[in-house]
Amino acid sequence: MTATASAAVKDPLGLHARPSVALVKLAKSFQAAIEISAGDTGAWVPAKNLMQVMKVKAGAGAILSFRAEGPDAGAAVAALKRLVEADFAGGDDA
Amino acid sequence: MRDPMSPYRSAPYHSGLRGRPVAPGAVTGPLVRLAAPAAPAAAAAGAGLDFAAARAAAALELEALIAAAGAGPAADVVAFQRELIDDDSLIGAVEARIGAGEPALAAWCGVLDGEIGALAQAEDEVFRSRTADLVDLRDRVAGHLAGVTASHPDLPAHAVVHADDLMPSRFLAIDWDAAGGIALGQGSAASHVAMLARARAVPMVVGLGSIGFGPGGLDDGETVTLDGDAGLLTRAAPGTPHGRRAAAAAAPDLAALGHGAAVTADGIKVETHINIVSLADLARPEAAYADGIGLVRTEFLFADRLPGEDEQTAVYRDLLAWAAGRPVTIRTLDVGGDKPLAGVTAAGEANPALGLRGIRLSLARPEIFRVQLRALARAAVHGQLEVMFPMVAVPREFDAAAAMMQAEVEALAAAGVPARRPKLGMMVEVPSAAIAVERFAAEFYSIGSNDLTQFVLACDRSSGLVGDLFDPLDPAVLDLIQRVVAHGKALGRKVALCGELAADPTGLAALIACGLRQVSVPPAALARARAAIVRHRRAGPGRYGD
Repeated sequence: MTATASAAVKDPLGLHARPSVALVKLAKSFQAAIEISAGDTGAWVPAKNLMQVMKVKAGAGAILSFRAEGPDAGAAVAALKRLVEADFAGGDDA
Repeated sequence: MRDPMSPYRSAPYHSGLRGRPVAPGAVTGPLVRLAAPAAPAAAAAGAGLDFAAARAAAALELEALIAAAGAGPAADVVAFQRELIDDDSLIGAVEARIGAGEPALAAWCGVLDGEIGALAQAEDEVFRSRTADLVDLRDRVAGHLAGVTASHPDLPAHAVVHADDLMPSRFLAIDWDAAGGIALGQGSAASHVAMLARARAVPMVVGLGSIGFGPGGLDDGETVTLDGDAGLLTRAAPGTPHGRRAAAAAAPDLAALGHGAAVTADGIKVETHINIVSLADLARPEAAYADGIGLVRTEFLFADRLPGEDEQTAVYRDLLAWAAGRPVTIRTLDVGGDKPLAGVTAAGEANPALGLRGIRLSLARPEIFRVQLRALARAAVHGQLEVMFPMVAVPREFDAAAAMMQAEVEALAAAGVPARRPKLGMMVEVPSAAIAVERFAAEFYSIGSNDLTQFVLACDRSSGLVGDLFDPLDPAVLDLIQRVVAHGKALGRKVALCGELAADPTGLAALIACGLRQVSVPPAALARARAAIVRHRRAGPGRYGD
């Protein structure tokens, strides 16, 4: 199955190191192939790959979109959306 | 206030080097150079591990560092590198090159250097500062591949370590209970090392330039004072005891300083406002202690598209509602120069800092400017709104912008839409505006110290080659500030200054001496600014009137 979701980055520093790591770790916990992009024109890159996620360069307020394909695709995009909406569970800048 | 012997630095304020403060506190101790780690590619090959084993060894070390760091920023920094070392795209690229016959060390460094080079080009400082993490990881794995183990220098007590830049794992390897502070020639406030230094309360200053030579150059081993509040590295007077002073910024408690204009130890009232770059800034706890909003950078509204009149009006009303009667100074769109905006700013200018930017661009694009002016006029009925125009160089620019505002107010009134002409002022950041300030019919003035300094000294502060010329306390800059303040006082017009300069005790003392009575700083600097004002007492008989 295929699933999509999107959410806005709240952190004023954007998708920086700590949120990127949290996102990649969460993505890796699913079997589905997951891709991520920022904004309307951003390229789709693999979400289980930290270097690629860094290159999305999503700033504060950017809309992150997820699309997943695989047995747990729906759960994967829902969990990623929750992570972004929860501002990556808060904490200090990293 | 002058020192003709010191063309490069403002010796009356300090002798030494000025950088950007990134972690507060101060330390006096011996200056010690941290040698850059030996280039791993140059180390003897053959003695080291193969790629898989080197990766595994590095991963184990990083996990040990994470465990030792517990929860917190240090663990987050290392976790970033730990995750990168499992990155399929990096590892795959390295393995492909090894498979094609390249030695592992060259393959690893080649792939990492490619990523580092790409990241170094990023426009955003937060992303650019991640290069240090990649360099750190590259050197850790390269060390295992080359069979070279990192050595940790023994540092004397209260040492002020200096280097061009410092990698997070080197920071973590140093015993900061003994060592004193960090002075970097380059570096970034957004780097992981800066964050670690703040977390460990290690005073740190970046952007000091060439520490070893040039005017004000300092020698290894001599006793220096590193001031992480003011951003200064100075030679200590003979006999100064070594030691560390706690962060000045840790002490000021905004609640203890109270609300309202801060008052210096000798009774001068100074209003402290905040600069905001988005509505999120208003949610910061510091914001409640501001006397008002001294600068709203409206560029955030234009991040990816042109906002409509209703949308802008709603945001401006939100700002006024938040301020609850306190003044709110909104700056009209200030793009161009180093702040391009797709579809609006001009491309291909040979000298964008002197090109179509600020009010010049707004006057050239009236269809965009009029929408913003209408939204501001509509919001003005809801609070104490002041509007200022950026980069005004000649009076006719201010007059044209003011006439456009008047026309929009009248058009709204004719259409029965509630609106009011807000107070209209200007940024003073072009030397012509400061030198001939009396020619401008502005109702208030706000000095932009960064651009003013850049233009007065003809110096790009971000240039590593000439950045050390950049000094907002240069007597030529202070003369202009004083001139604007005197003009405002004579006519009863408000004069404010926006910039971090006002959060630095040395800068603040100079500004108060110039007669300035209102400053505006980023929310994060508000506590420092208010504490510095309360501690301030004029050193000697005033030279700058009061």
